[in-house]
Amino acid sequence: MIRSLLSIATAAILLAGCAQPTLRGTGDLGVVVERASGSLQIIESDGRSLLARVEGLGDLSHASVVFSRDQRYAYVFGRDGGLSKVDLLTARIDRRILQGGNSIGGAISQDGKLIAVSNYEPGGVKVFDARTLEQLADIPATPLPDAGKRSRVVGLVDAPGQRFVFSLFDTGEIWTADFSNGPTPRIERFTGIGQQPYDALITPDGRYYMAGLFGEDGMAQLDLWHPEHGVKRVLGHYGRGEARLPVYKMPHLEGWAVADQQAFVPAVGHHQVLVMNATTWQQVDAIAVAGQPVFVTARPDGRQLWVNFAYPDNDRVQVIDTQTHAIVADLRPGPAVLHMEFTARGDQLWLSVRDGGEVQVWDPYRLERIGTLPSLSPSGIFFSSRAHKPGY
Amino acid sequence: MERHSFTPSITALLLLIPACALAAPDPPRQAQLQHLLDQDCGACHGLRMTGGLGPPLTREALAGKSRDSLIATVTLGRPGSAMPGWAPLLGPDDIRWLVDRLLQGKPAR
Repeated sequence: MIRSLLSIATAAILLAGCAQPTLRGTGDLGVVVERASGSLQIIESDGRSLLARVEGLGDLSHASVVFSRDQRYAYVFGRDGGLSKVDLLTARIDRRILQGGNSIGGAISQDGKLIAVSNYEPGGVKVFDARTLEQLADIPATPLPDAGKRSRVVGLVDAPGQRFVFSLFDTGEIWTADFSNGPTPRIERFTGIGQQPYDALITPDGRYYMAGLFGEDGMAQLDLWHPEHGVKRVLGHYGRGEARLPVYKMPHLEGWAVADQQAFVPAVGHHQVLVMNATTWQQVDAIAVAGQPVFVTARPDGRQLWVNFAYPDNDRVQVIDTQTHAIVADLRPGPAVLHMEFTARGDQLWLSVRDGGEVQVWDPYRLERIGTLPSLSPSGIFFSSRAHKPGY
Repeated sequence: MERHSFTPSITALLLLIPACALAAPDPPRQAQLQHLLDQDCGACHGLRMTGGLGPPLTREALAGKSRDSLIATVTLGRPGSAMPGWAPLLGPDDIRWLVDRLLQGKPAR
């Protein structure tokens, strides 16, 4: 009797065990954007493996991703205006909306409750409830003389104090939107910041917002501790006297770094990585590199930078020592390296090789490839550790 | 992607285009160019050419635009915008083929 009861109990426990999937965390998970097929691969960095593919995410050319603070959900911003909330544990689309006609990126608020999306069409920023994707706010950008059009918005980041900061490409402005008093933001506008801001970065402490300019040399810097001081120009005239080279892909400022009290950013129209003193913001060096840099990504310990390049040099990656500014490795991972992502503690670097149809995992200390995973035209790689990194 | 050396002046070559029929790129080159159009032009104009930082290049968006001015834009770029000139990387026959492809309405992948 007791034995049969025991066996029933065992069976019940086993059944319950079968009905529930094995518990796991999400801190080692990430996603790879498969840009041509509109799908997302879910990856894990611990065993360096593919877990699942999520399809039906629309046009993912130039897609970017942010993560919920519980690191369970990835918010995917698609080119076609799609905003998708993907559950990393079930590998399913939890919610998906088409919020605009043509979008470029997004951000999650300091408290994790708001998702902001920057749009080219209609030009502006829209803000959504992170749980339901219900729209909470619409911030149309400055109208253009062209009837009905508004400035395209780029360089959207989150900032401390429940703020979003972004730049207006066509009208040369930086705006801050403060949501600390609820869903109706307090907007502050800085005009005349420079021609054609194309992307922006925010320092890890959330103090300086810096927009790279395409229409002229330099960056526009806003001190968010002292917005009353207005926007200042840094790196003005860095290319003075040199012919500007064609730019076949716009650089990105995400992934940039302050390392050893220096800031490293891609030049535009010059095959250089620019180095600034991160206290005075004066240029201290220009490092000659293989082509037009796209991403200048620092290893989390700040000792080395990994740089990839625009077409036609996009088969190369160069590694730079941040102390000596010497190029310590010249790698050729494969055709069309689009993006590089470090694990949070920097033991691995993942990079996407679009035309090679693969994602490669590198040991960034030995500078050796340690793994390869198949992928369909991969572009961006995003680890869930971004959830706790302001500005990402 | 092979690179073409390009010594004669671009304008002179552009003038020559209507006069003599240049050879269309061979099928392997066409495949390379189609890939370039989808992926690298698509970086700014969208994988489906519906626009991004660059304007849309769908058949509808290009309706009424002259073929010659489109060829000139791709060849020389558009000053004041982010559009670079492609003459350092592509031959005139390549550019002509790309523009014709856009005018036909690049089929969705």
